[in-house]
Amino acid sequence: MPTSSKTTGSIAIRCEEIGKRYLIGEQVRRKTLREKIEEAARAPIRWFSSAWYRQGGGENENTELWALRELSLEIRCGEVLGIIGRNGSGKSTFLKILGGITKPTEGRAIISGRIGSLLEVGTGFHSELTGRENIYLNGAILGMTRREIERKFDEIVEFSECGRMLDTPVKHYSSGMYVRLAFAVAAHLETEILLVDEVLAVGDAAFQKKCLGKLGDAAGDGRIVLFVSHNMLAVDNLCTRAICLHEGRVILEGSPGSVTSRYLQHWLPKFKEVVYDDIETAPGNDIVRLRRACVRPQNGVSSDEITVRSPFVVEFEYWILDPNANLIACVQVFNERGISVFTAATIGQPRTPAGLLRRCFFVPADFMNIGTYNVQLFMYFSGTTRITVSWDDIATFEIHDVASELRGDYHGEWPGVVRPRFDWKTEVLEPLPAQLTGTQDRT
Amino acid sequence: MTSSVNLQGADSSAIVIVRSAEPSRGLGFSELWRYRELLYFLTWRDIKVRYKQTLLGILWAVLQPLAIALTLSLFLGRLAKMPSGGLPYPVFAYAGIVMWQLFSQALTESSNSLLANEQLITKVYFPRLIIPLSAVLASLLDFAISFVLIIFFLLYYRMVPTVAMVTLPLMVCLAVAIAMGVGLWLASLNVKYRDVRYTLGFLVQFWFLATPIAYPTSVVPGRWRIWYGLNPMVGVVEGFRWALCGIGHAPILLVAVSVCVSVVILVSGLYYFRRTEDTFADFI
Repeated sequence: MPTSSKTTGSIAIRCEEIGKRYLIGEQVRRKTLREKIEEAARAPIRWFSSAWYRQGGGENENTELWALRELSLEIRCGEVLGIIGRNGSGKSTFLKILGGITKPTEGRAIISGRIGSLLEVGTGFHSELTGRENIYLNGAILGMTRREIERKFDEIVEFSECGRMLDTPVKHYSSGMYVRLAFAVAAHLETEILLVDEVLAVGDAAFQKKCLGKLGDAAGDGRIVLFVSHNMLAVDNLCTRAICLHEGRVILEGSPGSVTSRYLQHWLPKFKEVVYDDIETAPGNDIVRLRRACVRPQNGVSSDEITVRSPFVVEFEYWILDPNANLIACVQVFNERGISVFTAATIGQPRTPAGLLRRCFFVPADFMNIGTYNVQLFMYFSGTTRITVSWDDIATFEIHDVASELRGDYHGEWPGVVRPRFDWKTEVLEPLPAQLTGTQDRT
Repeated sequence: MTSSVNLQGADSSAIVIVRSAEPSRGLGFSELWRYRELLYFLTWRDIKVRYKQTLLGILWAVLQPLAIALTLSLFLGRLAKMPSGGLPYPVFAYAGIVMWQLFSQALTESSNSLLANEQLITKVYFPRLIIPLSAVLASLLDFAISFVLIIFFLLYYRMVPTVAMVTLPLMVCLAVAIAMGVGLWLASLNVKYRDVRYTLGFLVQFWFLATPIAYPTSVVPGRWRIWYGLNPMVGVVEGFRWALCGIGHAPILLVAVSVCVSVVILVSGLYYFRRTEDTFADFI
């Protein structure tokens, strides 16, 4: 093992004041050369005006976004560090910086050891290639040498449970098999440092368990695992330490149990209704601004309790300021594990004029499972992929259980992302013949 | 912060310092060498995937240049009586086309390579140079296959290879170097400006017409020839034909210009690529 000489407990990663700035304009929309040339033509004027602004003190705050800020951290060998936080809190950016995929804007990280980036399942998999070929290709991309792959080939195949399909192009694989094969390769990566981003959110439960076990083994060998997840349970069980990021900064640090519970209590805001009265300061931009978002039972107000048996309404009001913008609004609802339960979009709805709009949709009773849910709202220009606004967590709501007459003695959770109540249809196809009923009675 | 990081047991080569944006120094050849297996696998993938799910498979590598050469022979050689510098026109055209296919394929594939591998760039670290490099290497296979047919052409027209043959590798290297150099420029620009995609097709067509493939350099009027010769592919194609057949004077001057221009293009391309590669993952 390449790690045998390393002592558990020595510092292997040290981050010093890492910051990463994105210029939002560039992130959201790529400039074409024409725009860039136009910009260059105007550059002398801009240079003049920006020099003027600089004198006035302060750059234009709106165009830049710090995905990470002043992040300092030490990680020791053998640690499994869980990284939690809301969408957009900088978790993935942090892994990308450590993995060398993107450079920090300020600060530095000193890392000793080979790094394996598992930011996605099956990076570089090619659908036309066979399973066998993809094992080699993917292994090489993740940083394994050909000798290493050859040595572990059988183990990988066994772990993936797709030995029979090994010489079939992966485009004919089921999605489950594809994921298993991809993870099998990743799981056999033996770098001293593993960066793992949410890859466990896929695959069936049994396979997930197997993967978690494999990650645990890695830590046992004195290697380091950095594990980004929305799955609090996995962080609790797997990690030796956890941090929580918020707007690019570490806000919580400590044992996984304490970090996840504090995160769930305090940092996951619980509000079923938000109202922004002032159009000037409401979230949004020149095209659209949010006014109100609310989740309430169908015949009630937002302070009323929502249960599994009550239909409820997701409602939001917003200003469209640009009469030319043809926007599609998309609502995505996440459960506390970070799994998207459903997405509802206004596709196919008539185009709306500029002004204040209210939109809502009804979620039927007996559909959602109990738990805490986050509502995300984003809007994009119809027919494009250009997102103009995106609000994470515009509302949070809870769905409560009801004292059920239906479930008898069982009070535990109903497994499943959703909890629909289906109409059953039962037919007796044939009564039991008379000569058998006698034996039945005796047993 | 005075306490140093405890790095016992780790050899110094394993220590990585990720620091805030400063352009990478040097060309990173030692790092490239460490990742040579990945280069091999990506090239292998590009080759493997190219003719998947086609009926004729690798035959396409021969059919495409052959079809163009036949068309040119019919319309320009037979009907328009285009001179061909002492060579039978079909040999003349096919040799030019084979060289051109290598160049244009290497150029196109490398220019598009970063976008085509966006998934890799945003998820894994490795020297980015490997991506356009593997695209260029993969196009050498098609060249090798279509080159075999040249030998049949030569046999058919009873032409005997001369000592000039030894300069063949030089011409191939030059074509690859020019394609790589321009490809590096366009690939890095392509990350930020998708205009490259639209420019590329036009560029390749224009360049094709400005290179002596369907016609010999001798039809270009003398006073234009200096500017014409600045196109590095002129020297490459003329040199390639000369190396194959050994007929006429060696185009030494043209090849010398090609060498100079290709060095400039390649070095500047490498430089620009290295300077911008840190931001690829942010912009792509």
